[in-house]
Amino acid sequence: MKRYRHLENVTTLTYDKAKCVGCGLCATVCPHRIFALQGGKAEVLDREACMECGACALNCPTAAITVTPGVGCAQYIIQTWLPGKRRTSCC
Amino acid sequence: MPTAAGRIPRVRTSPTAWDRLGTCRARLGLDRNQYIVNPGLFAVGLPDAGSPVVVTANYKLTFDTVRFALAGRDVWLLVVDTRGINVWCAGGKGTFNAAGVSEQVRKTGLERVVSHRQLILPQLGANGVRALDLRRTCGFEAVFGPVRAEDLPRYLDQGIDEAMREVTFTLRERATVIPVELVLGWKPILGALAVAAVLSLFGYGFSLGAVWSRWLVAAGGTIMGLFCGAVLFPLLLPWLPRAFSLGGAGLGLAGAQVLPLFFPHAPWPALAGAGMWTAVLSSWLGLNFTGSTPYTSPSGVEREMRRAIPVLAACTLLALVLFVAGGFAGGSA
Repeated sequence: MKRYRHLENVTTLTYDKAKCVGCGLCATVCPHRIFALQGGKAEVLDREACMECGACALNCPTAAITVTPGVGCAQYIIQTWLPGKRRTSCC
Repeated sequence: MPTAAGRIPRVRTSPTAWDRLGTCRARLGLDRNQYIVNPGLFAVGLPDAGSPVVVTANYKLTFDTVRFALAGRDVWLLVVDTRGINVWCAGGKGTFNAAGVSEQVRKTGLERVVSHRQLILPQLGANGVRALDLRRTCGFEAVFGPVRAEDLPRYLDQGIDEAMREVTFTLRERATVIPVELVLGWKPILGALAVAAVLSLFGYGFSLGAVWSRWLVAAGGTIMGLFCGAVLFPLLLPWLPRAFSLGGAGLGLAGAQVLPLFFPHAPWPALAGAGMWTAVLSSWLGLNFTGSTPYTSPSGVEREMRRAIPVLAACTLLALVLFVAGGFAGGSA
């Protein structure tokens, strides 16, 4: 997936290394292989590949990772812009 | 088949003609929102108390992919009620979650069917299922299996490897989503053709033939835009610029160069307007394709939309003006 990249410097992913307990779940679940365990702590290897799916933050036991998850889909975002039509479907 | 928790249905592991027809219909977008199987526990092959339990969604396309991938295996398949949505989207929208998995475990009496306490979750469900919650709510430990169902046999034999953990977007995967883009795209396209028909009424020469020939140019531009944005765009995606709207516009502009060949007698402003519309439509379809890719983030898509939509709106207006102007220039051509 290295050849597929969208815009840079947009992701809401944050990582607080001090809170990490080294369970490695983030490295397991990330579909873009952003995290890896190094020396008993997770490291962010490739922040720009993040698509904000939210799997790492949801599965992190200590909330060391935060991200505003969502669906990266134009149709969906338009629907959230329209008044009174929050939480609609697309895929 | 009989078990300690009652009779469990066994599923086929090869597609019937009916399954194939259903897959085609779902891929075409005909009934993909109601393509559902009943949630519950199913047997693949002849599983026993020690056989692994694979968890999946109740979208039939997903269910079929998983059971066909497991042909020749003896596995339990726990189908969770995700309202007929695939694992990844259901995870993102909250319909595939730890509570839903626990509910199916309880309802099916899984703890009486198997002696172990492990569930194999699809990795892409991790955006909805918090694995740590599962042990607390149903006593089963969750491990994340591969991203793709086709890797399940290899995973069951050898365990996980890095290639099974990463999403891909191969030419084949990109081509698979073309039909649904085309079919779902038809309604706005029909709207555009109707608007073009109204605009074609304005112009020099109010004969049916003149209106028809003007409309053909607009329809040609629309079809070309659909082709560039919904067919060429997905196929050529890896070689296009990062911004989807730019790639779509570029392909649309390239496609628009063909229009004068189809309509050699059309006045240039009408061709320019139709060509501009081709680029706008292709760009918009490209932007919409973000919803079909496995790598765009909502933050990125929203930023691109905020930049692209005003430009696209202005270009649409300009295209309309040019096209109508072409109608009045038509008399001299």
